Amino acid sequence: MSSLIEIKNLRAGIEGREILKGISLSVQPGEVHAIMGPNGSGKSTLASVLAGKSEYEVLGGSVEFLGQDLLEMNAEDRARAGLFLAFQYPVEIPGVSTANFLKTAVTQIRKFRNQPALGPAEFLALMREKMKLVEMDQSFLSRSLNEGFSGGEKKRNEIFQMAMLEPKLSVMDETDSGLDIDALKIVADGVNTLRNSDNAFVVITHYQRLLNHIVPDVVHVLWDGRIVKSGGKELALELEEKGYDWIKAESAVEA
Amino acid sequence: MATDTEVLNEVVESDYKYGFVSSIEQDIIAKGLSEDVVRFISAKKDEPEWLLEWRLAAFRRWVEMPEPTWSNVHYPKIDFQEIIYWAAPKQKELLGSLDEVDPELLETFAKLGIPLEEQKVLAGVAVDAVFDSVSVKTTFQAALKEKGVIFCPLSEAVKTHPELVKKYLGSVVAATDNYYSALNSAVFSDGSFVYIPNGVRCPMELSTYFRINARNTGQFERTLIIADEGSYVSYLEGCTAPMRDENQLHAAVVELIAHKDAEIKYSTVQNWYPGDKNGKGGIYNFVTKRGICEGSGSKISWTQVETGSAITWKYPSVILKGDNSIGEFYSVAVTNNHQQADTGTKMTHIGNNTRSRIVSKGISAGVSQNSYRGLVKVLKKAQNARNYSQCDSLLLGDKCGAHTFPYIEVANSNAIVEHEATTSKIGEDILFYCNQRGISTEDAVALIVNGYCKDVLNQLPMEFAVEAQKLLAISLEGSVG
Repeated sequence: MSSLIEIKNLRAGIEGREILKGISLSVQPGEVHAIMGPNGSGKSTLASVLAGKSEYEVLGGSVEFLGQDLLEMNAEDRARAGLFLAFQYPVEIPGVSTANFLKTAVTQIRKFRNQPALGPAEFLALMREKMKLVEMDQSFLSRSLNEGFSGGEKKRNEIFQMAMLEPKLSVMDETDSGLDIDALKIVADGVNTLRNSDNAFVVITHYQRLLNHIVPDVVHVLWDGRIVKSGGKELALELEEKGYDWIKAESAVEA
Repeated sequence: MATDTEVLNEVVESDYKYGFVSSIEQDIIAKGLSEDVVRFISAKKDEPEWLLEWRLAAFRRWVEMPEPTWSNVHYPKIDFQEIIYWAAPKQKELLGSLDEVDPELLETFAKLGIPLEEQKVLAGVAVDAVFDSVSVKTTFQAALKEKGVIFCPLSEAVKTHPELVKKYLGSVVAATDNYYSALNSAVFSDGSFVYIPNGVRCPMELSTYFRINARNTGQFERTLIIADEGSYVSYLEGCTAPMRDENQLHAAVVELIAHKDAEIKYSTVQNWYPGDKNGKGGIYNFVTKRGICEGSGSKISWTQVETGSAITWKYPSVILKGDNSIGEFYSVAVTNNHQQADTGTKMTHIGNNTRSRIVSKGISAGVSQNSYRGLVKVLKKAQNARNYSQCDSLLLGDKCGAHTFPYIEVANSNAIVEHEATTSKIGEDILFYCNQRGISTEDAVALIVNGYCKDVLNQLPMEFAVEAQKLLAISLEGSVG
C-alpha cells in the first residue's frame, strides 16, 4: 500500500534560520502518528510547512501527498486535496458566521474534488450532524467565526470543521493545549469517530494525556528539528515519566 | 418588428424625456468660467429670470470664496478656468455588438451579474431587441402619475413646477454654503427632481429606472427631493457598473426635505473611475448632500457604498429640526491603490427627542488613505437627543491608512451620545487560516469584507445589495497576496 504522505529529509526555516533539519516521516492510511517534543523543537513549524504557510521557506527535501508533490501546491490546493490543519491558535473572523465560512470552504473543496454542490438544506443537515460529534450548540453557526469563543470552544470548532471538510490527512497542532479534561475527551471522541481506514492523523502534542484518548500507532520524538526517536504508544508513557532530558542526552551521545 | 434603429431611438428619446441627455446638440463654449458663461448656460436651458439671478448671485459669491483645504485629501490645485462648463452631450458612435466592447469591461459586467441586454446599453451597443427597460419605464410612468408623484429632470421641473423649485431649491444647501455648492449653484447642469404628495408611498424604488439613465448627468449634478406629509420614497443614485467619464471634477449637490411623518431613503452606489494603479487620472468627487427633517416624526436615511473616484469628499448630513425626527447614515467607503476618501456625516439635533445613528465602515487597501469625519451636534434647546455612532476601519496590508475624526458638540446635558470605533486588519494569519480551509485569498477577502459591511449592505434595496457585494470584491481584487 502506498503512503498517504511521504516526507523525506525535509529542511525548512524562517527568516534565514533553519528549524527543521531533515525530517523523514511516512504515514499510511488508517494510522495515527503522534509527534512529541519539547518547546522549540520544530513541531509547529512542521505543521505550518506542511500546510503551506508562506512565511516558511523550504530549504530541502521532498513531501509527497497522495502521489502529488505537496511542496509545489499552494495552501488552498493542499487543503482541497485533503490536508487539514487543526490550528493551535484558531483566528477570529468578525462578521463572518461559522456557517457562512464553512459554506464557502465546503463549496470550494467540493468543486475541486468534482463533487456536486450541496443545496442549503443538505448543507444545514450536514452541519447539524457533524456538530453533534463535538457537542457544539447550533447557536455557534450564526455567531462570527471563533469570535468570543472560549479556548475549548475554538478547539471543538476546529474538529467540527475537520468533520465537515473530510480530509485525508489531519495535522493537529497542540489541539490539547488549553483544554480541560471534559473538553479534551469531547475532542478526542470526535477524532476517534472520524478515524477510518482511508484517513490518517498526525497529532502534535506536548503531553501524553491526549494520547490516552487518541491512541497512536507510532510516536515520534522531535528534538532540534530532527526526529530522534520513534516507537510505539508506550514511548509516550516513557516520555511522560522521564521527561525529554534522557532523549536529549541519548541523541547528544549519538551525534 | 421594430428595427434596431427605431428601438434605439426610443431608448435615447425616452432618456431625453427625463433629461438625462440634453436636447441641445453641437453646442460648445470655450473653457473657463465667467458671468457670461453662467448667463449662457441659463439661456441654453431657457430658464426664468429668477433662476438666472440665483445662479449669478452664487457665482459672485464663489469668486470671492477661498478654496477649502481642510480635508485629509491631497491633489494638485484645480484650475477652474481650464474646465468647460457647458458641453452638449456627445452622441457616441454605437458599436455593432458586444464583441467590439473592451473585454475588461465585459468581464466586470459579468462579475456584477448585469443582464446582457443592460450590458449592451451601458456599453453603448446598438440594441437588437425590445429592451426591457422601455416597457419598465412606461409602467413606471403610469404608476407614478397615478399616485401624483413628480419625477423628472430638475430643468423640466423649473418649467412645470416653478413654485416648488423656487420654494425648495437651495433651502437645505444654500447656494453659498460652501465653495463647491456655490460653484454647483452657478453652473449646475441637471439632475433629478422628486416630489411625493401627502400620504403617498412611492410605489417603487426609484432605482431600476435610474441605472439605465444615470449616464450623462454632467459634472455639476443637482438633485432635489421633497417628501410631503406622511409620504415615503426610496431613491437610488448611481450604478455598480463602472462609469467611464471624461470629466475630472464632479461637484454635485443633493437636497432632501422630509415633512411631518415623511421618510426619505437615499442610497448611493458610486463606482466612478478611480484612476489607474499608479494614481494617474480618476474622478474628483466633491459632493454636498444634506437633508432636513423639517416636520415632526420625519426620517431621512442615507446609505452609501463608495468604491470609485480618485478622491471622494462628501458628508451626507441630516438636520433634525422636527421633534421626534430620525437621521441615519450608513456608509461603506473603499479605497484601493492611490484612492483617497474623506467622508462621513453631520447630524444636527435641533428638535426634541431626535435620534441619529451613524454606521461607517472604511476599508483601505493598497497605498490609499481613508478618513471618516463626522460631527454630531446637539443644540441647547434639543431635549433628549440620542446619537449612536459606530466607525470601523479595516486595513488590508500595511501601506494604507485609516483615519477617524469624530467631532461631538453637545449643548444640552440630557443628550446621550455614544461613539464606538474599531480598527482591524486582514492579516496574513487570517488569510492563511482561510486558505487552509480551501478558500482562495480573493474569496477570503470578499467573504471578510462582505461580513464586515453587512450592516450597511442590508440597508440597500435588495437587488443592489447583491451587486454591491460583488462590487466590493472587485474593487479589492489583487489588493492582498
